[in-house]
Amino acid sequence: MSEPASSILGRFSGWFSPAASAEIAAAEDAALRSDRFRLERESDWKRLEAIVTRIERGRLRGVSDDDLLALPALYRTAVSSLAVARETSLDAETLTWLEVLTRRAWFIIYGPRAGLGDWLLRFFGGGWSASVRALGSDILIALALMVAGTVAGWLLVASDPDWYYALIPSGMADARVPGASRAVLMGTLFGQQSQSGLGMFAAALFSNNAQVAILAFALGFAFGLPSALLLIHNTTMLGALLWLYHGQGLTIEIIGWLAVHGTTELYAILLAGAAGLHIGRAMAFPGELAVLDAAAAAGRRTAQVMVGVVLMLILAGLLEGFARQLIDNTAGRLIVGAFMLVLWTGYFFVWRGDEGKAA
Amino acid sequence: MARRATQRPEPRTRNRTVITPEGVALPFVLATRGARAAALLIDLALIGAAMVATTLTLLWIAGGVTGADLEGGSAKAHALQALVVIWIIAMFLFRNAWFLFFELGPRGATPGKRITGIRVAARGTERLTTEAVIARNIVRDIELFMPAVFIGGAISAGSDTDAAGWAGAIWFAIFVAFPFLNRDALRCGDVIAGTWVVEVPRRKLGQALSVSAPLAAADQAYTFTPAELAVYGEYELQTLERVLRDGRGPALDDVADAISRKIGRPYPDGAERVFLESYYLQLRAQLEQGLRMGRRKADKHAA
Repeated sequence: MSEPASSILGRFSGWFSPAASAEIAAAEDAALRSDRFRLERESDWKRLEAIVTRIERGRLRGVSDDDLLALPALYRTAVSSLAVARETSLDAETLTWLEVLTRRAWFIIYGPRAGLGDWLLRFFGGGWSASVRALGSDILIALALMVAGTVAGWLLVASDPDWYYALIPSGMADARVPGASRAVLMGTLFGQQSQSGLGMFAAALFSNNAQVAILAFALGFAFGLPSALLLIHNTTMLGALLWLYHGQGLTIEIIGWLAVHGTTELYAILLAGAAGLHIGRAMAFPGELAVLDAAAAAGRRTAQVMVGVVLMLILAGLLEGFARQLIDNTAGRLIVGAFMLVLWTGYFFVWRGDEGKAA
Repeated sequence: MARRATQRPEPRTRNRTVITPEGVALPFVLATRGARAAALLIDLALIGAAMVATTLTLLWIAGGVTGADLEGGSAKAHALQALVVIWIIAMFLFRNAWFLFFELGPRGATPGKRITGIRVAARGTERLTTEAVIARNIVRDIELFMPAVFIGGAISAGSDTDAAGWAGAIWFAIFVAFPFLNRDALRCGDVIAGTWVVEVPRRKLGQALSVSAPLAAADQAYTFTPAELAVYGEYELQTLERVLRDGRGPALDDVADAISRKIGRPYPDGAERVFLESYYLQLRAQLEQGLRMGRRKADKHAA
């Protein structure tokens, strides 16, 4: 509250300082009251313009601390000048210029508040897990869909093995086909640690998985239906694969083989699908809000989740590319998988980050 | 009240008004769809160029590592594998992070948008958030790159590329049509993120006319009666301001003639600038005085 008072005082004392005298002389020359109004404030506006221009050029470091501190006050000066000028001045040039300047300053004052670095800090320090929790029941819906998909895949293949070829893309099947012997299937699970090019494999896996997750999210805005379908489709493959290995008594082994990276990857796909459903539900049942506003609110909430999903998928790709090939026994794989599962669940739903302290 | 009327959001025009948290209405002009398409094409060309440059650089580096195949376990093979990893990550980043990186900057615009003079802004009075920018660009991925994925998938699976091509084309058409189906020219990503794309004109502040024209003010070469000034309104005043600022001879002559005929007051040859400047200043003084009393006169037809 003391800030406006002090700035008025500053203006009064400024009237008698030599620096301001040239300005006042110019203002006295002006015949029109509205031009005097403009000349008295023009130096503030020009200073604001200089700061804004420098920030727009990306030279934030070139802006002095004084200028940065003055920026909000200068912006408010310009806004109030604009409001006054609209009611008292007919100088179109000044009005348009002030509008443009105010708008540029508005973009900076009310722009993205944090740079990417700050944003990431807040993101890991609780923002991410909070946004995951905000999805609420959509996670449960997505989880139910994924379980249903797995069960459906299993039952379909169990009833008719031909379904297997329909569900699993031919490129992935190679040795893993119904009727393959136990030894062949074992061979696909173990003994690949001598394989090289793991890093390449991991990067390719990540790139592919990330696109799938982004798709599951982005499709949410067709009322969430494509997200649901994608979730089910991907998990029917899982169900079919489980059935195949179960037939040869390798259930635990396949679970271990999948769990190394699968707990992270399926978790990520679960979140992406839930985010898609969240948007879809917000658009289908916007409640009190307009549809557009509801979609926008849901989109902002879920964008954070999606950044996290991409990061999880990077990790899953690394686990799939390295850990799975390097850890060649089921117990080790199960431990890694279970550890990741507990880690993510704890991070998202138990740990509350800085949120509690801030509130 | 003509100026007020143009500030109201009208569905047919591109003018929108945003109320700042300080309670002042700021006019915005939505970017044309053409400008946005041009910005996108420029960005895609730049991304493509960056991708090609990266690929060529990596190939050039890889060219130095001779006599190794990718599958081997030797040191050279590891170097090659590292290059492939870098390439995959670089391609992913170019595709997904280009728009994100630039739109989070203080200008809120990618290079393409800067060239076409537009930027991203939050719809309504809210601030543009990092999350919003992320959301609108994640959705861009499916709007733009999905058809390529369809077709690429069909080719790699060896199935019918015609069907995939048609699916891709229809997909693409839906998302291209989307901005034409709503009045704010939102694409799907804008809907999800709560953003829109607006023009960012920049301009220089011209001199205050009553200072730049001290001659007219000092000499009082012409003094007009209130009746002579009451002929015109704000619209004509601002037209006159434009003429004076442009300062072109023939236009000055024409306007001075028109005014002198209308108010029935001659002026000597070669003095049209002084005549117009005195008329402008006195008209503005009179209209602004009315303004302070709460009377606005929009144009010459207003009472």
